[in-house]
Amino acid sequence: MTFSPQLEERFAKMLTRYPEGRTRSAVVPMLIYGQDEVGAVTKELIEEIARRCKVTPLQVDEVVGYYSMLHRKPQGKFHVQVCTNISCQLVGGEELYEHAKKKLGLGHKETSADGLFSLEEVECMGACSWAPAVEINYDFHHFVTPEKLDQLIDGLRKAH
Amino acid sequence: MADIVKLTIDGKEIQAEKGKLLIEVARQNGIEVPAFCYHEDYTLQAACRMCLVEIEKTPKLQVGCTTPVAEGMVVRTDSDIVKKARKGTLEFLLTNHPLDCPVCDKGGECELQDMVFRYGAGESRFVERKLHVDEKQWSPVVYFDAPRCILCYRCVRACNEGMGVGALGVGNRGAISEIVPNHQDHLECDECGACIDICPVGALTSGTYRYQTRPWEMEHVGTICTHCADGCKTTLGVRNDEIIRGNNRDRSGINNEFLCVKGRYAFDFTKHPERLQSPMMKTEKGYEPISWSQALEVVSTKFSEAKARGAKFGVIGSNHTTNEENFFLAKFARQGLGTNNIDHHRTGDLATFFDALSGKTAALASTDDVYSAKAVLVVGADLAQQHPFLSFQARANFRHHNAHIYAVTSGPVREDNQAVASVRVQKGGEVAGVESLRDKLKAEGDLVIVFGDSVQGDALRKLIAFGDSLGIPVKYVCLVDYSNSRGAFDMGVLPRDGGMSREQMLAASDLDVLWVVGANPLKSGSLASKNAFVVVQDLFMTDTAKQADIVLPAASAYEKNGTVTNVCGEVQRLKQAIKVMGTKTDLEIFGQIAKEMGLNLGIWLPDKVFEEIRKTVHGYGVSPALLAIGPVPTMPLNGRIAALPGAIQSSGDTLFTSGSLTPYSEILNKVMESPGKLYSGQGQ
Amino acid sequence: MAKQLFNQPSPLETRVVSKNFAIEGSETLDVYLKNDGYKAFLKAKEMTPEAIVEEVKTSSLRGRGGAGFPTGLKWSFVPRTSPKPRVIVINADESEPGTCKDRLLMEYDPHQLIEGILIAGLAVDAHKGYLYIRGEYRYLIEKMDRAIDEAYAKGYLGKNVAGTGFEFDLCTHSGAGAYECGEETALLDSLEGKRGVPRMKPPFPAVAGAWALPTLLNNVETFSAVPAIIRDGGAAFAALGTPKNGGTRLVCISGHVNKPGVYELPLGFPMMKAINEVAGGIPGGKKLKAVVPGGSSCPILKADECDIPMDYDTLAKVGSMLGSGGMVVLDETTDMVRFALRIMKFYAHESCGWCIPCREGTTWLKKILQRFYEGQGRREDISLLGELSKNMLGRTFCALGDAAALPTISIVEKFTEDFEMYLARQEVMV
Repeated sequence: MTFSPQLEERFAKMLTRYPEGRTRSAVVPMLIYGQDEVGAVTKELIEEIARRCKVTPLQVDEVVGYYSMLHRKPQGKFHVQVCTNISCQLVGGEELYEHAKKKLGLGHKETSADGLFSLEEVECMGACSWAPAVEINYDFHHFVTPEKLDQLIDGLRKAH
Repeated sequence: MADIVKLTIDGKEIQAEKGKLLIEVARQNGIEVPAFCYHEDYTLQAACRMCLVEIEKTPKLQVGCTTPVAEGMVVRTDSDIVKKARKGTLEFLLTNHPLDCPVCDKGGECELQDMVFRYGAGESRFVERKLHVDEKQWSPVVYFDAPRCILCYRCVRACNEGMGVGALGVGNRGAISEIVPNHQDHLECDECGACIDICPVGALTSGTYRYQTRPWEMEHVGTICTHCADGCKTTLGVRNDEIIRGNNRDRSGINNEFLCVKGRYAFDFTKHPERLQSPMMKTEKGYEPISWSQALEVVSTKFSEAKARGAKFGVIGSNHTTNEENFFLAKFARQGLGTNNIDHHRTGDLATFFDALSGKTAALASTDDVYSAKAVLVVGADLAQQHPFLSFQARANFRHHNAHIYAVTSGPVREDNQAVASVRVQKGGEVAGVESLRDKLKAEGDLVIVFGDSVQGDALRKLIAFGDSLGIPVKYVCLVDYSNSRGAFDMGVLPRDGGMSREQMLAASDLDVLWVVGANPLKSGSLASKNAFVVVQDLFMTDTAKQADIVLPAASAYEKNGTVTNVCGEVQRLKQAIKVMGTKTDLEIFGQIAKEMGLNLGIWLPDKVFEEIRKTVHGYGVSPALLAIGPVPTMPLNGRIAALPGAIQSSGDTLFTSGSLTPYSEILNKVMESPGKLYSGQGQ
Repeated sequence: MAKQLFNQPSPLETRVVSKNFAIEGSETLDVYLKNDGYKAFLKAKEMTPEAIVEEVKTSSLRGRGGAGFPTGLKWSFVPRTSPKPRVIVINADESEPGTCKDRLLMEYDPHQLIEGILIAGLAVDAHKGYLYIRGEYRYLIEKMDRAIDEAYAKGYLGKNVAGTGFEFDLCTHSGAGAYECGEETALLDSLEGKRGVPRMKPPFPAVAGAWALPTLLNNVETFSAVPAIIRDGGAAFAALGTPKNGGTRLVCISGHVNKPGVYELPLGFPMMKAINEVAGGIPGGKKLKAVVPGGSSCPILKADECDIPMDYDTLAKVGSMLGSGGMVVLDETTDMVRFALRIMKFYAHESCGWCIPCREGTTWLKKILQRFYEGQGRREDISLLGELSKNMLGRTFCALGDAAALPTISIVEKFTEDFEMYLARQEVMV
């Protein structure tokens, strides 16, 4: 299995960074960067990473279910993550999430039929002082109101 | 001389070696400290928190399984706070654990049940919904019920560390953490069942034993496994004269908790529908069942008549019959029939081995030596497939003592994972490969060399000479296959004094009588003599039996008493577990034929024959009292041994084959890894 | 140059680690060098390793990740003369609810962090560093990568740091979403490519950490404070705070305040002043009900317990913790049952599952609170919550069990009336 030239370069660099014989350390970063390109953690990706990091596929498989950001099924092109943890809850995070569910017509970890959006209720993402916080893919959005969320979603939908 | 420290546990003054684990010291002094995840053979986890105890001067409760004892420590394992902690932990554990006891195989031997009775509350305060996932089947042998799992990780360690396979892992996170198999929804592994037996609860259960019985309904009979030569003890659970399961949870014998798939599961050949249960006679219409008295009369008459006219006899003995049977058969051949033409399928060059070692003491390794030596060299054998217990011992030696493992083989073997050095050689090039490791081996404290059948004759002598030249203590294991090959050799089932070898017997066109006991030479060979009278004693209609004139149904090793000698020369007792109607033990058959022939070869009871063995077979003068409770080493070294004719070849069995028993064990054939392969590495 | 920061700064701040935040281009090496950059490193290069550690000890800098362990003392545990090479691991996993400060340090002053790491390298003779950043902070991983590349290009990382001959290699390492990986030994397991499950101590990471090598592991803010300590002296840093609680720290004020934000305040700063003056008080003139002083893992404080200086020792004395600096302010409208439920949902979700009390306990507590919140609570649930939490406290493999138990116990005990109100409502409805 081969990846894009940029990802291949990144993977190659990863394998040289850790001490001798410790290529297993590259497993988690490879999984998350590989997932970004492949779309999900597929069996093929697991076996490829196992091969490159010189571990068994089981040792890679074990890790996939542990980390929240790794998923075996593809998410939407735009993965909308709404925080409802304490700082966000206090300023309307949970209501924002309920609004997002209605707006997108999706539940927790569901993907839209056209594959454009998916939704997830997430834990604290490190934007507590600028809550309510939403992360779309890897982009942070602060002080998000239901209206602002609608604008973000509509904007993304229009651009596609 | 280790440092001794004095400490107090529950008011009792105790002395212990400094640095030993508190949980071990407590247990050794009769103070029970409960634990799920702690297992003395595997890495420490401190995950279950059941072993929390109170230690004076430390504010929090401490886990006993990782705390080393120290001078002046004051420990309480019975205080209120400790009792409360245990109760609380069990209460947490029971929140998601289903109340499956009525339908769970583990009921009656479940550690969680035991602990809850002892330390738990009578009721649970949990009124919420339990987490549930459906039960899964990972192989014909392994079922996994995730809700029952307490995540003690014993199975993961047993598979990874103990067996060196690593087919089990831990997936997900938090309360939905789950044990996961190496192929998402199924296992590809040794199918040894170690995970099932080490599981303290009914999370991992046996596919062959499910829903069949309760542990207290079975009688447990400890006997020796009848498959490979390692001689593991297997405790058979018997109910209504049927073997329901095999395991070694009572840790008796040489193998502690270890058993491979054959020792645990491949007892099912005993009840295969094709099992011979009546003597058969060849007629024009095919094989017809006849009575025992008829069969014995035909055989004894034929033998007597042939002996009277000086006919040529050929006797092919077995490498899985007992020492008593082998001894009696050898006597029968030489004294009873007047022939030296007796042999068995020899799978290791023991003759050259003992000859080369003559005059040496302390050159034979025991199975324990493989565990305790500073270095172990494996030559020309795939131990994990052919001698799984020896493989386990070497691996445990590496894990517990950092022993140095070396492998000189014709392909990848599991030992490569722990080896200091692995050398790949062509078959026949083993000695050269070993020679290349000279410098490393010389520097070892002591060494055990385990070698397979490709090291025979001159190569074997060269290997012994190599060992001598290292200048360190060296012990050897000459690998043989089948459960009593050593016994067959030691008891003299051999073509000594000019007798014909197996091959020669089969090639002799003037052979008059061929007597085959528990062997299948005509599977890959053909009988030259067209007019020979062929008598076969076996469990099934093997290829050889299909050419017999008379077939006599024999009992298997699980159906008789007697002794067998394992690959390291340790003799152990068999204990009869069941009886299959219509069969007789080989010893009984010999005795009956002898009686009919009017021969006096002694009483054919195993105890009596063993008495004779003790007195007359060199190295077997063992104490019956010691033999009653465990393995006893035999040291049959006695000067030079003359060379023997005939070929020596390993059976080439893997974990999933067992000579001629292979087609008759349903479970061995059901698992997807069957028939297995030698020298393929991990085995995954 | 009105650089747009995430929140407006406060005049009451004492800027040490955040002194460059507002400067245009603060994330570039040139701007950093123009603003005292690498003065500390060059000074440290001329000091003995022991002297560097002494200076950090003098500063009474304590771990800014949450545990508050004295940093100089931690550095002294790393055996400088071991045969195995030492490594530095930087904890940028920042996942404690209420905490968002390390983000700013990496965003606005990455080179300060790098300099702090280099000085630590001098102190313990380490030449390799791994910056473990939580997976959600991908844009910051990219920013740090760019800063690191810039440092290499201009000779501030690599074989000859700042022309001194000191060699150091630094790289980023991405997490993939797991709170437990902020626990230092779980982080090390994650760094090794495994599930983030904590390890037994001893051995401590200082002796056998990443890949069994002696490891110095600290939080981003802790390393970021080091250049100032070496530059201006440990005593100066210490003097900014209170005895044994030296220096300043980034406080993340969030919740019911008019001006939520990250503010750098000296240790010992009065909590009520922080709420009312720095954060502009509670909106709508509502009354204060409770404060979570340092991230969700701390016991909660009632309004009447908040008139205290904010430092490690004072917070410990009143039965809570200064923790990660995530201060969450709750006004009188806050439903404490709902709040406790959300906290427990978090811990149940994030529990790694290794040990029985935490794995089963967090899930059980969550289920009780969920049922209570949905109006199916029973009177005995109130005491049950406390008892179960106490069965977890001190019994678990790592501190996550305590982190789940402590806030629950404190909320149930201090805000029993909120729970009573739920029960009263249920009776009315029946």
